[in-house]
Amino acid sequence: MLITCPYCGPRDVIEFTYQGDGNRERPQPASQNLDAWNAYVYDRLNPAGDHNEIWQHSGGCRSHLRVVRNTLTHEIRSTTFARGGHKSADNRAEGRS
Amino acid sequence: MADHQLPERLSPLEPEYHPGSHGNFEHGVDVILSETRPGSILQLAAWPSEEKRLIEAIRKVTGLALPDGAGGGVSNGGRAAFGFAPGKFTVVDEAEGLAAAFAGAITPAIGTLTDLSHGRTAIRIAGPKAEWVMAKFFAIDFALPAFPLGAGRSTNHHDIFAQIQRSGADQFDIYVFRSFARSFWKALCHASEEVGYEVQ
Ligand SMILES: [Zn+2]
Repeated sequence: MLITCPYCGPRDVIEFTYQGDGNRERPQPASQNLDAWNAYVYDRLNPAGDHNEIWQHSGGCRSHLRVVRNTLTHEIRSTTFARGGHKSADNRAEGRS
Repeated sequence: MADHQLPERLSPLEPEYHPGSHGNFEHGVDVILSETRPGSILQLAAWPSEEKRLIEAIRKVTGLALPDGAGGGVSNGGRAAFGFAPGKFTVVDEAEGLAAAFAGAITPAIGTLTDLSHGRTAIRIAGPKAEWVMAKFFAIDFALPAFPLGAGRSTNHHDIFAQIQRSGADQFDIYVFRSFARSFWKALCHASEEVGYEVQ
């Protein structure tokens, strides 16, 4: 499986580290909303198809990436920098609680 | 920064550094391996949106004009610079003291400077089979159109991080952690045996 890093170009998957489901919305650390925490820790979409994921190019430029991967075919639909104008994985950039 | 006596730097490769021809060299030496021992190896990082000001600071201090684009770099013999990650650059000088020269140029608003002169070891591989040997080590494209002159790449070999700059058409400079350098060097020597190599 090849992942095309937006900085480094196509690299073998062995250079990357999976950092989890990119659909999760992390509550603010001080939040006492147990439903939100429960959803963050346990709820997963588990799609048979395109899946939003967070990866790090840990064996290369070390950028954190948003990757859309097809769970049936392993096709990588898109890769972008996690910090590049998208909703961050933990949602803190938007300051939601 | 106060003047002080810099400690003499010893090569981590020394016990395994054997000048001369080795391996299958009866029909010629196809790669030359050496340690370049630059006096200064710096890592410069720009805060988001400060990259252009950092590139300008590199130009002012070193005279090296970095080209646009990911992994772009330039090498003029004594000095070299290349991008290795978004907004991050490695800058090398054969002379010591480059960190001090940057001290006033990289302001806290632009980014950070880390002096890795004692933390990295620079290994050069040159010759007609340099691409061939490198391709056995790293899963990246070493062909000249894909990896142009001066450009830099971040990758790794069995968990040993490596920053690689193409410093010639058939020449690469590899920067590895000093603590792993001897192991990496031994592996590189083994990999070069089949083509015949000379250590200079
Ligand atoms: Zn990368």
